[in-house]
Order: sequence, then C-alpha cells, then structure tokens
Amino acid sequence: MSSLLTSPPLPPTARDRTRRARLRRVDLRANRFLIALTWVGAIAVVVVMAAVAFQIIQGASQAINRFGPLFAFHSTWVPSLNKLGGLSFLFGSLITSLVALVFATALGVSIGLFLALLAPRAVANVLGPLVEMLAAIPSVVMGLIGIIIISPFSAHTLEPVFHAVLGWTGLFGAPPQNGSSLFTASLVLTIMVLPIISSLTRDIFRTVPIELRDGAEALGATRWEMIRGIVLPTTVSGITGACVLGFARAMGEAIAVTQVVGNASLIHANLFLPGTTIASAIANQFESPQNNLTLSGLYYLALVLLVIGVLTNLLSRRVVAHGARLA
Amino acid sequence: MSAITPDPAHALTPSGNLARRLRVSLAIQGLAVSAAALAAAILFILVGFTVVKGIGALSWSFLTGNLPAATGQAGGIGPALVGTAELALMAGIISVILGVLTALFLTEFASPRVASPVRLMLDLLAGLPTILAGVFIYGLVVSRFGQSGIAAAIALAMVMTPLVARATLESLQRVPETWRDAASALGVSHWRTVLTVVLPGAASGITTAAILAVARGAGETAPLLFTSSLYGNGVQLNPMHALPNIPLEIYTLIETGYPQSVSMAWGAAFLLMATILLVNIGARILLRRGERKRGL
Repeated sequence: MSSLLTSPPLPPTARDRTRRARLRRVDLRANRFLIALTWVGAIAVVVVMAAVAFQIIQGASQAINRFGPLFAFHSTWVPSLNKLGGLSFLFGSLITSLVALVFATALGVSIGLFLALLAPRAVANVLGPLVEMLAAIPSVVMGLIGIIIISPFSAHTLEPVFHAVLGWTGLFGAPPQNGSSLFTASLVLTIMVLPIISSLTRDIFRTVPIELRDGAEALGATRWEMIRGIVLPTTVSGITGACVLGFARAMGEAIAVTQVVGNASLIHANLFLPGTTIASAIANQFESPQNNLTLSGLYYLALVLLVIGVLTNLLSRRVVAHGARLA
Repeated sequence: MSAITPDPAHALTPSGNLARRLRVSLAIQGLAVSAAALAAAILFILVGFTVVKGIGALSWSFLTGNLPAATGQAGGIGPALVGTAELALMAGIISVILGVLTALFLTEFASPRVASPVRLMLDLLAGLPTILAGVFIYGLVVSRFGQSGIAAAIALAMVMTPLVARATLESLQRVPETWRDAASALGVSHWRTVLTVVLPGAASGITTAAILAVARGAGETAPLLFTSSLYGNGVQLNPMHALPNIPLEIYTLIETGYPQSVSMAWGAAFLLMATILLVNIGARILLRRGERKRGL
C-alpha cells in the first residue's frame, strides 16, 4: 500500500539517464553478439557441406581426369591394372535400394494408413513409437543380426519360395547355400528404411482434412474407397517424397550392407548371388587402397554417392513442395 | 441453381455389390493391420534374438576386461565402453552447440532469403551418407595428423548436428508466438527474449534432441571406420589417439568369425542396443512430460 502514498515519479536524474544509456549499449552489444554467434552455427553447416563436396571432388580429380564422366558406366574394377569403373558398385547400390524400396513402400504405406486412419488412438500411440524404434537399432547391430539370423532365413526359407513363384523373371535364381546376397542386403535395408517411410507417411496422412474424409464416408464410401479416392490422391506427392528419402537412406547405408552383401564386384540379374555397393566398396577398400589411382577411384565413387544423395534430397524437397502448393 | 434435379429413386437403387465393396474394404484394412503387426513382430524378433544371444556373454570381466589381445582370443569390452562414452560426449558437445545455434539462427534471426539456403544445406547434411562423413574427415584430418578421437568426434558431430538442429527447430517453432510478442511488449530486448523466454520454452525439446542425437552417435560405425579404428587393447583416454569404441569392436569381432568372438559381439551388441533403446524410450517420456507441464 505504501506505493500509493509515494509522490508522483520525478523526472529522471542524470544518474538514471546514464544508467539507461549503459543498459541500451549492453543490450545492443549482447544482441549483436548473439546474432554473430548464431551466424557462426549456420555458416559452419554451410561450410561443412561445401567442404565435403570440394574435398571429395579434389580427391577424385585424378580418376576424373583419367576415366572421364563415363566412369560410372564401366564395369571392370581391377586396381592392379589401373582399370577402374564403378558400374558394378552402382548397379549393386541401385538394385538393393530399389528392392528394399519396393518392400518398404508396400509395408510402410500400409503401416502409415493403419496408424493414421484405422487404428484407435491408444493402439497408434503404442505401435507408432515401436515402429520408430526400428530406426534406433544401430546399423552394425543390424548387420550382425543380418549375418546370423536374416541370411540363413533368407537362404533357406524365403529364397526357395521366391524362386518357385517368381523364378521365371530371372531375378530369383536357384537359392545358393550361402546367404550373403543382394537379396539379403535388400531385406536388411527394408528393415532400416521401413520406420522412415511409415512415420513420414503417417504424419502426411494425418494432414488430410477430416471434412474430406467424413464427406466421402457420408456419401457412402467404404473405408477403402475413402482411402483410395480421397487420402491417397491428396497425399501422393508426400508419399513420393517419403519414398525418395527412404531410397536415399538405403543408398548411403554402408556398414550393415557390407556385412551381408558378400562383396563380390559382379553384375547379374540374379538377386540371390553376392554383389557389392558403392558404400560398401568405400568401407572395404578406402583405408588400404592398392595405389593412389584406386584411392582416387574410390573418391570418385564417393562423389557418385554424394551426387545421388544430393539429387534425391532435392527431388524429395521439390515433390513435397509441389504437393504442398496443390493442397 | 443447376437445372438438373437429382433422381432420388436412382440413388436409392441398390447396386447389389455393397457386400463385395465391404469385403474389399475389410480385406485391405486387414492387410494394413497385418503390415503393422509384421513391423512390430520384426522389432520383437530382432530385439529378442539380441537379448537371448547377448545376455549370456555379459559378466563383470566382460564389461571391465581389456579387448582381446589377438583375434579369436577371449577378452572384455571395458576400453571400448569408455571410448564410446568419450566419443559420444565430445561429439554431443560439438553438435549441441552448432545445432542449437543453427536452429536459433533459422527461427529467431535469419531473414527468409538467408534462411532458405541454410535450411537446404541442413537438409543435405542430414541426408549425407554417414560413410562420406568418414571419408571427408579422413581427407581433412586423418591423412595429415593420423587417427584420433577428436577426428572421430568431428565426423560423428557431422552426423548428429543436423539431427539436433532439426529437432530444436521443431521445438522452437512450437514456442507460442504470443510469448515472444509479450516479451517485446514489456520492452525486453531481443537477445534477452531469446535467452530467457524462447530457449527455456523449448528446453525439454532441446534436451530430448541432444539425448537422442548422442544415442544415435554412440551407435554409428561408418564415421569411425577411417578415423578411430587403429586402437590398442587397453583403456585409452587421450583424444589425440584413436579411441576404442563399441560399434567398431562389434564390426571387427564379427569379421574374425571365431565363435568366441561372435558371442562377444552379441554381448556388446546387446549392451549397445539396450542402452540406445532405453535412452530413446526415456527421452520420449521426458519430452511428453515436459511439454504437457508447460501446456504446449
């Protein structure tokens, strides 16, 4: 109550004025300092990304000069003869990632639909985080599980089935005894990509306005007709973006794939034979290359991987942005 | 408005295939349910196998003993545990500082024209294959100074920084705009608003981001492959030397193929996976509780 009894505020004294001026100066400096600090963080991110590209191009320059831009389309890789081509690695990377993407998209989009539209809240709240937990399993542990559990399972259980049903396509030859194969690598990659696709698509499906969904159901559409007619068409760009991101993740995975793919630089349609990928070639050979040219060739492979990674990333941004404009 | 009058009788004529449509719908819902069940089953099978195969290898001497002196010999993983903790700590500090600063820059300070290229670079860095982080640091640091814990920590930080930055960005964006406006209206300067209103508002999100990034970094193998793989079998604390670490130890133990080594690999894998999964679950609970407390 005493405050009510005090006299009205006096005009600021000289001391007050200097105090306020000092405060303003401190504020100004602190502001500038904080802004400069956050600039440092942002610039570090940009510089690191640019430096990665620069360093990989520089490392690859010898191979670029020697093999030219068609490096990625020659299949011989004989370091002792200085004949290097990246096709077998590129082929292995593409084929394992694509097969994984087919499996993971089918499974992941279904899971996304289930979590976003079909499951009761309580079930979705438990199952969603469980699926995301798959992404938390370290890749080296996935590789260990891949060698010891998935390889034999794939060789003795899955591959005979695929061979019997789809053998005529040429993709699924006679199952070999050893489980190290492109197919096993694809299975491991499927498990690693699945959580990405399912949690991204779930979030996308949740953005479909409830009025649209209710409208469809009010017109007598069944659940599936509602999904087919309303949900999938409005989210197709988001789903594509999620798949592209999953593909990029699969292309870049090195450790788990190296452990199960068999590391033979061969090119063949049969998924049940061993193969190799760009990332696993780098993991295997980078530290002890046979000569400088091979090291440069490996940098060239790294450059191919980097370019594919950047392009897929840009593509997924583009697709998602395009979809957002339409919505 | 339109001249066409709906023919009520037409709409009400039963098409006769309603039962089929419902069956199709149910079948597809069944497929979606079984896909979700399959994913959960895969998780349980993977975790179950690791627990069953790994828990037998655990013992006090396994946890504290030195690494096997030669391939195929018995030993422990003590030095690798210490090394992984040290690496995760160093990489965590670097990535939390850089990640939080970048996120603050994007939400609080940058104009849209500057923010969009930074955001693009952040996305590209997040999508960078982890093995390329190893290649980059190998060329930049290791080829000049040799392998070291510091080089490995920088490579790990390259993987972790975008994770921290993205999660921090999300939780900064969830801080209500009204809080910032209220602070401005009270005459609080911008930097004070950021440090005393915005950051505390996002604190639980940032903490979760940091914990999750450290958990992710502790399990990464590829960035360490060329930066911290030539280590001895004893405890190494000096970050100027290569540090023993769990992921690479698992990797090399499997490569040897000896039954004893593989069972050690399972033990280490169980330990790594259990820690990472528990930390993940804990961080999620922490996040949910923290946000509920502040009514976000």
